[in-house]
Amino acid sequence: MRGAARELRPSSIHRIRIFGRMYEREQVTTAAILMTPVLIAVFMLFILPVIQVVVYSFTNMTTSKRGTFVGIENFKYLIGDTKFFKAIGNTALFACLKLIFDTGLALIIALMLDSHIPLRKFLRSTYFAPVVVPVVASSLIWIWFFDPDVGPLNMILTKLGLEPLLWLNGKGTALASILIFSVWKGIGYNVMLFLTGLQNIPDSYIEASKVDGASWWQSLIKIKLPLLRPITNFIVMIGIINTFKVFAEIDVMTPTGGPGYSTAMIVTYIYEQAFTRGKMGRACAASIILFVIIFILTQIQSRMNASKTVDYD
Amino acid sequence: MKKKNLETAVVSIDELKPSRKKYNIPVFIILTIGAVAMIFPFVWMILSSFKTTSDIYTYPPKWLPSTFNWQNYTAVFRMIPFARYYLNSIYTSVMQTFIQIALSIFGAYAIVFLDFPGRRKLTTLIRTTMFVPMVVTLIPMYLIMNKLQDTYAGIILPQVFSAFTIFLILSFFESIPRDLCDSAKLDGCGYFKIMFHVVIPNAKSSIATAAMFAFLGHWKSYTWPLIITNKEQYRTLPIGMKYLVAESSKEYQVMMAASVMAIMPVLILFIIFEKQLVKSITLTGMKS
Repeated sequence: MRGAARELRPSSIHRIRIFGRMYEREQVTTAAILMTPVLIAVFMLFILPVIQVVVYSFTNMTTSKRGTFVGIENFKYLIGDTKFFKAIGNTALFACLKLIFDTGLALIIALMLDSHIPLRKFLRSTYFAPVVVPVVASSLIWIWFFDPDVGPLNMILTKLGLEPLLWLNGKGTALASILIFSVWKGIGYNVMLFLTGLQNIPDSYIEASKVDGASWWQSLIKIKLPLLRPITNFIVMIGIINTFKVFAEIDVMTPTGGPGYSTAMIVTYIYEQAFTRGKMGRACAASIILFVIIFILTQIQSRMNASKTVDYD
Repeated sequence: MKKKNLETAVVSIDELKPSRKKYNIPVFIILTIGAVAMIFPFVWMILSSFKTTSDIYTYPPKWLPSTFNWQNYTAVFRMIPFARYYLNSIYTSVMQTFIQIALSIFGAYAIVFLDFPGRRKLTTLIRTTMFVPMVVTLIPMYLIMNKLQDTYAGIILPQVFSAFTIFLILSFFESIPRDLCDSAKLDGCGYFKIMFHVVIPNAKSSIATAAMFAFLGHWKSYTWPLIITNKEQYRTLPIGMKYLVAESSKEYQVMMAASVMAIMPVLILFIIFEKQLVKSITLTGMKS
């Protein structure tokens, strides 16, 4: 009897008290061993660089010298720099347009994919395919598409009797061209999220609304959209963060900020200051402004939606 | 009155039965046109990778190459050290994925299954890192890693941690029944043994999905490898391809051949693992 009881309760449990609570020693030591590499990574890759980016932003550090404290000189420079404002403006414009297309168009496609159609799975995959393809490789295809002389897009335009465009080479069209690429590249991700959301809505809700005589449109506005709200929030939040970080496709398609700096994004500006001109301190200041912008936008977004979330269960 | 309501209800539910419902053909047509637009660039890329220079510059444009030749593919290897870039990409992506998954398993296991002081605070700390995009810490990171410029360690190390992966794996671990671990514990297993012999085998396919996700992310990684590599021999594929645009001077057929080769591994992974990929994307979307 006693022997069986001992077997069920291993005698090796040592308990220790840390901050007034009892823990099992083996669990604590195992956790310590497992968490140490994680914490080292968090410290080296996040905590330390975040502290440094703040500190450096107040210095005139360059690639070659450590720099000295210059107060808010860098921030003053940025506020006076029209190029920086141009970059912020471009980023904001790009983010707004991309969000509208990425959310609106994705919702429409998802609603269509949610209806009763043949080959649904195959169609769904085709919309998703560009998402998984690497940015640079797919940018190369579109660089050709946009070529004013031999690109297929201009050939289609001339065939339709329209004026050919300069696309990536035109001051007015460069950003729009990248937007087209970017929507093509990214929309599938949102379509997939919306589609899952739609399919998670119990059929009984929609049927019940039909019984009550609701039209397709009414059930969309009153039932589907409110229930999709958490997903929409996620899409908008991720969308904001990602478009403010956008760099790879911009840098590949329009290497120096495009015609008349018309496609330069905030990250393009940071990159240029830091690695073309070597102004590390100034680039850090711009990084902080970028971070603050992203932070404020996501906060506004989550505040706006916190009160509106609907739960029908 | 009541009866009448019931009748209409029966009728309308009957109408909703999918077997009776006809396909929505107009929607199907619109979606097909959209799908063609989504796929067209890939078709164009593959076809064009076999074209000759004269095929490219003829008007009106040719759909099919005049002869299928592989010379563009060999031209890629002649123009740039493409094989080197390719191997660099494979090596760094695999290493990054491996370390990232190991770190994530460790962290997630400790958070889900172990009781230790500061568990909640550390979880919050890890979660907070998601709000700091890498572009913000790019410059300090560059200065920290300055000594590792043009080394594989320099490319790999800053990209081995992702809070996203930790929380993805954490959500898989949470669905493993605790009883499994408890009974292993009663059998005299230590906590490390439980992790390697109970938890990891039970989450194997989910971990594979997370690993594939991480790999796809690293395969296309651009900004960091761009700034940390100067020497050609350490460039990864995306960086090499960026320079190919300048070096090939509008020889689009060569660029397409390079793109085909860069996209291939990803496309193969996508076709094999589409289901899991879609599932975990939606899972992460739902979770938030």
